[in-house]
Amino acid sequence: MTITINHFLLVSFLLFAIGFFGVIVRRNFLTLLMSIELMLNAVNLNLIAFSHRLSDLTGQVFAVFVITIAAGEAAIGLALTISFFRQRRTLNVEEADVLRG
Amino acid sequence: MKDLLWAIPLFPLAGFLINGFLYLRSHRTKGEAAHGHGDAVPHEAPEPAHGDAHGASGHSGHEEIPYKRIHTIVGTASVGLACLFAFGAIFDVGLKALSSGGVHTVTLWRWIPLGVNQSVGHVPGNVGEWVVDVAFRLDSLSALMIGFVTFVGFLIHVYSVGYMGHDAGYGRYFAYLNLFMFAMLVLVLANNFLLMFVGWEGVGLCSYLLIGYDYWKKSAADAGKKAFVVNRIGDFGFILGIFGIFALFGTLDFGKVFSTAAADPARVAPYLTLVCLCLFVGAVGKSAQVPLYVWLPDAMAGPTPVSALIHAATMVTAGVYMVARCNVLFRLAPAALVVVAIIGGFTAIFAASIGLVQNDIKKVLAYSTVSQLGYMFLACGVGAFVAGIFHVMTHAFFKACLFLGSGSVIHALSGEQDIRRMGGLEKRIPITYKTFLVATLAISGVPLFAGFFSKDAILGAVYEAHFEGMPWLPKALWGAALLTAGLTAFYMFRLVSLTFYGEYRGTAEQASHIHESPRTMTIPLIILAALSVVGGWVGFELVEAGNQIKPFLSPILLPLATAASEPEHHELAKELALMAASVAVAGVGIFLALAWYRRGGGRVPARLAERFPGVYRTLSNKYYVDEVYDAIFVEGLAKEGGRVLWEVDATVVDLIPNGAAAVTRGLSWLSSAFDQYVVDGLVNGVASSLQAAFRLFRRAETGRVQNYALFMGAGLFAIVAVYLFFR
Repeated sequence: MTITINHFLLVSFLLFAIGFFGVIVRRNFLTLLMSIELMLNAVNLNLIAFSHRLSDLTGQVFAVFVITIAAGEAAIGLALTISFFRQRRTLNVEEADVLRG
Repeated sequence: MKDLLWAIPLFPLAGFLINGFLYLRSHRTKGEAAHGHGDAVPHEAPEPAHGDAHGASGHSGHEEIPYKRIHTIVGTASVGLACLFAFGAIFDVGLKALSSGGVHTVTLWRWIPLGVNQSVGHVPGNVGEWVVDVAFRLDSLSALMIGFVTFVGFLIHVYSVGYMGHDAGYGRYFAYLNLFMFAMLVLVLANNFLLMFVGWEGVGLCSYLLIGYDYWKKSAADAGKKAFVVNRIGDFGFILGIFGIFALFGTLDFGKVFSTAAADPARVAPYLTLVCLCLFVGAVGKSAQVPLYVWLPDAMAGPTPVSALIHAATMVTAGVYMVARCNVLFRLAPAALVVVAIIGGFTAIFAASIGLVQNDIKKVLAYSTVSQLGYMFLACGVGAFVAGIFHVMTHAFFKACLFLGSGSVIHALSGEQDIRRMGGLEKRIPITYKTFLVATLAISGVPLFAGFFSKDAILGAVYEAHFEGMPWLPKALWGAALLTAGLTAFYMFRLVSLTFYGEYRGTAEQASHIHESPRTMTIPLIILAALSVVGGWVGFELVEAGNQIKPFLSPILLPLATAASEPEHHELAKELALMAASVAVAGVGIFLALAWYRRGGGRVPARLAERFPGVYRTLSNKYYVDEVYDAIFVEGLAKEGGRVLWEVDATVVDLIPNGAAAVTRGLSWLSSAFDQYVVDGLVNGVASSLQAAFRLFRRAETGRVQNYALFMGAGLFAIVAVYLFFR
């Protein structure tokens, strides 16, 4: 069988769903970061698939941008993780609720 | 070299910064180590309570002074370099050029650049241009001043290395001294009144700092405060004078002011008397003239080299310098000149008479300084500005030598300052004795010594002076000046006799410590003594072309449109007679002093004091001026007046605020009630109703990121779903 864009979209959707699920339910800060990474990569996959399908390089360029931004996001996220851990001696995100109304 | 004029004051400023920084550094680290916490204990341990303890502490038991070597090098080298640059600049411009009226100006930057053209004051025809430059001016007057200020300053710095060598505040001392040199050079080199005022205030500040150098001693701290407050009165007059000059001329630049005044005297002359009197008030404060002289004797609480540098040789002559600088203005205001002459002449004889009976070696010299400054003002007052400045220079040499010599005596006697407990030091400290004797001969006006020439020039000028409508005044002033010369010779030789001749009258313990000072102290003494001899030879009146100083300084005397012609060179016989009179008077003074005091206390003065107890007590209590000032100004005006004002305030004036307060209290009670029940009710009501309304929504704000993400996801899902299904 040939691999159509639908397959890519399916994989991408699954990846995104898994990532979103992780972000919503997991309590560990690090896992949260990894889940976000998963979602970003799902989007990348989507962009590249459409780029290939439409023969337009803009999508790939955007994917490269996303990867760059993801690196920055990871760095900042890890830095936040460390300072959070130093403050609270835990990685549980439920502890981070100072802004509660 | 002449364009490096700005470098002359810059060197001492750099010295001040380096010394001050290093002192603070060592002070801080040491303070923390010693006390643990930064409390107020002075880390310079108070010295034993002798008069001037600095020179006395020649004994061990002191810890090493941090950075002492750097302080020494920086402190003296900065002034030495300033001296070199000063002479470099003078010779670069050229003595010939200077004496033919050459002025070299170096402008550093525009200080006040407003430059708004506006008419200032009520003097017609005056357009003010508010522009002030930071600029230095080298002409014959400032050349002479920087020459001897930097040179004498350098010698005194070198002397201080030996004198202050064991003082814990060594770095602080040199920092202040360098700062003083900077301010003094700015004062002398300034080319406008405002910059001169900056230097003027700077030297006042340094004087205050150095008088109160032993800040833990109440007497020294009080003396510093007194000097500052008394000087402030004078400075106020000075600044009023500057305002007046700006109002009259629309500029503060020396050259422009003086040339304008000289070119068009008729316009400004009516106002100049007031302006000149204001300026003279400043000079009276800075140069310690009656009635503001009281700070100078007290200023002797400072270390002796400071007395030599600031309170004898340089700073106190700033007033004379300023009056000589403004000679164009003063000559257009004859009434002001009369005041200058009278104040000068009176101060000269007044201070000299106090000096007759003082027993503190430095106090005698202090009153002598006041008296000599009076001489200089007397010279300026009769229009002999050149003679006044000449005396400033020679006085700087011999008075610095005398003060440094007295410091050497104090050093030798472990801090003793009372001449009744001295005597017989002639053989023990020979170099100090010889130099002191030379300087004493100079100040007494013995022929061929420096003081003779300058004093003679002044006496001759006073005798020849002419005051409109007061023909008796010059002769009266001349008589006073001549008597002062006699008194000066008398009290100076009394000082020499009691200090150096006869038997030693101090304790045996002190006698065992007597020693000649180290070479850093004796070499400046020798140089200054030499200058006390040759320093006056530039003003040799009798020989053809002998008087070099007069043609050199004459460019500062701008020709006036209305000036009377200069008095003709008076005949030789009269001049010789005048000279003989002053020499004879000085001789009588010297003879009486030696006859009465050579063997110590002497019976004649004691009998005189017994015969005229009133006179003696008045003199030794300095005419009770301090007491009168204390009664009038401190007790009377400040305390009693304050009490009266307080009573008036409490009974009369307070009725108004008290009534107002009662009304206000009633009103404010009303407004407070309104505020509390009506305004606050509204505000609180709104707030609490909102709080109740939004209790439900509050719960959505959990503060948890995941909840928000879930809501976001759900919202997105809902939007997409709606889009897809209800398209």
